[in-house]
Amino acid sequence: MKAASFQYERPQSLLQAISLLASTDDARVLAGGQSLLPAMNMRLASPDLLVDIQDLPGLKAIEETSDGIRLGALVTHGEIHASTLVKNKAPLLAMAVPYVAHVGIRNRGTIGGSISLADPAAEYPAVAVATNAVIEIHGQNGLRRISSAGFFKGLYATDLQPTDILTAVEFFKPKPNERFIFEEFARRKGDYATVGLAGSVTVTSNVIQSAQIAFFAVGTQPVLVTHTCEALKGCELSSKEGLQKAVQALEDDLDPMPDLQANRYTKLHLAKTLLVRALLKEG
Amino acid sequence: MQDNRCSVSLTVNGQQLSRDIPSRMHLVDFLREELGLTGSHLGCEHGVCGACSLFVNGKLVRGCLVLAAQLQGAEVKTIEGLSDSGELDSLQRAFLKHNALQCGFCTPGMIATAYDLVKNNPKASREDIRDYISGNYCRCTGYQAIVDAIESVIIEQGVQQ
Repeated sequence: MKAASFQYERPQSLLQAISLLASTDDARVLAGGQSLLPAMNMRLASPDLLVDIQDLPGLKAIEETSDGIRLGALVTHGEIHASTLVKNKAPLLAMAVPYVAHVGIRNRGTIGGSISLADPAAEYPAVAVATNAVIEIHGQNGLRRISSAGFFKGLYATDLQPTDILTAVEFFKPKPNERFIFEEFARRKGDYATVGLAGSVTVTSNVIQSAQIAFFAVGTQPVLVTHTCEALKGCELSSKEGLQKAVQALEDDLDPMPDLQANRYTKLHLAKTLLVRALLKEG
Repeated sequence: MQDNRCSVSLTVNGQQLSRDIPSRMHLVDFLREELGLTGSHLGCEHGVCGACSLFVNGKLVRGCLVLAAQLQGAEVKTIEGLSDSGELDSLQRAFLKHNALQCGFCTPGMIATAYDLVKNNPKASREDIRDYISGNYCRCTGYQAIVDAIESVIIEQGVQQ
């Protein structure tokens, strides 16, 4: 199908972009367009105004900061995939990116777009929540920075207001002893996940000291599995039996929403299998 | 309702051109309707089938997920441009030799994606090939002959080097 008619604007400054967003009730920010344009082609979305932010300065850089890295909102999945800085400073993001869509989409889709949309089956929101990434937002009242934990609010719902633009995402560099796990099950490589997980685990002498693991495609937003993370403390990474016992706690943490891919029992089974698989890889 | 319109200037297959177009027109409709370049196929029109794969500023993209309006100053290369320049000769011969066309609808996108792969990963394994063309799976048969064709070009390139 074809998108409904809309007005297209290509502002040259952030201020201009924000005032355009404020000029109508039904404006949307256009970054890479890899989720918004299909939604518009299917008439699931039909905004009056598209504000294309591709010319806004400073949104395309991957920069090292004192405590990690900062990715401008327009950095593409392809650029993340190719970046050694991301590999070294945000390893979990580097582990997730091969699972994000297919090459043609990776060349245009952006980190800012993926985080703003907050698709429940997308990889980056879970990576952000597992690593306490900081989201930078510009709006009518200026700049604010907010932790991922408070950013995702529900199904496609975030802290972003209609006149806000997500301008960057910041990741903290890995701590000593910190390791990262990422697993995803999808029917076709590059498709949205049936179930996936992203996590940070601190380990000394092969024993888990702490864990922060977020699952995706199991709820309205990334789900931090707090009971499971607690149960994993003290577990040996190479002990399949021990891990399997701890992973039972996923039943307390997850109540997966069924979707076209799988029912809740299948999703729960996959969640357990993927988590044990991810942890054994580290052992 | 009157369509919102805008003007765009871009380069398509080396030729500079300007058009006044509806804002909502995506790149494939622009190529097919405005320029008569019908090599980019519209299968699903929401980024799933890959039949409209082509190059924008040297990067492989889905033509149906790019608005023509976004392409002010951009350089577009379609399957027609790549074919005319001879860049696809070995892939086209290999697809023919291996009978790698299936129903033929996905072929322009498959060739564009395969071209991107052989250029960027001259050592791709069969698994790498399957991974790369996963975004072009449509619906018919098993893609076996397509993998064979792409693999044969990669091997041929390796022998030549």
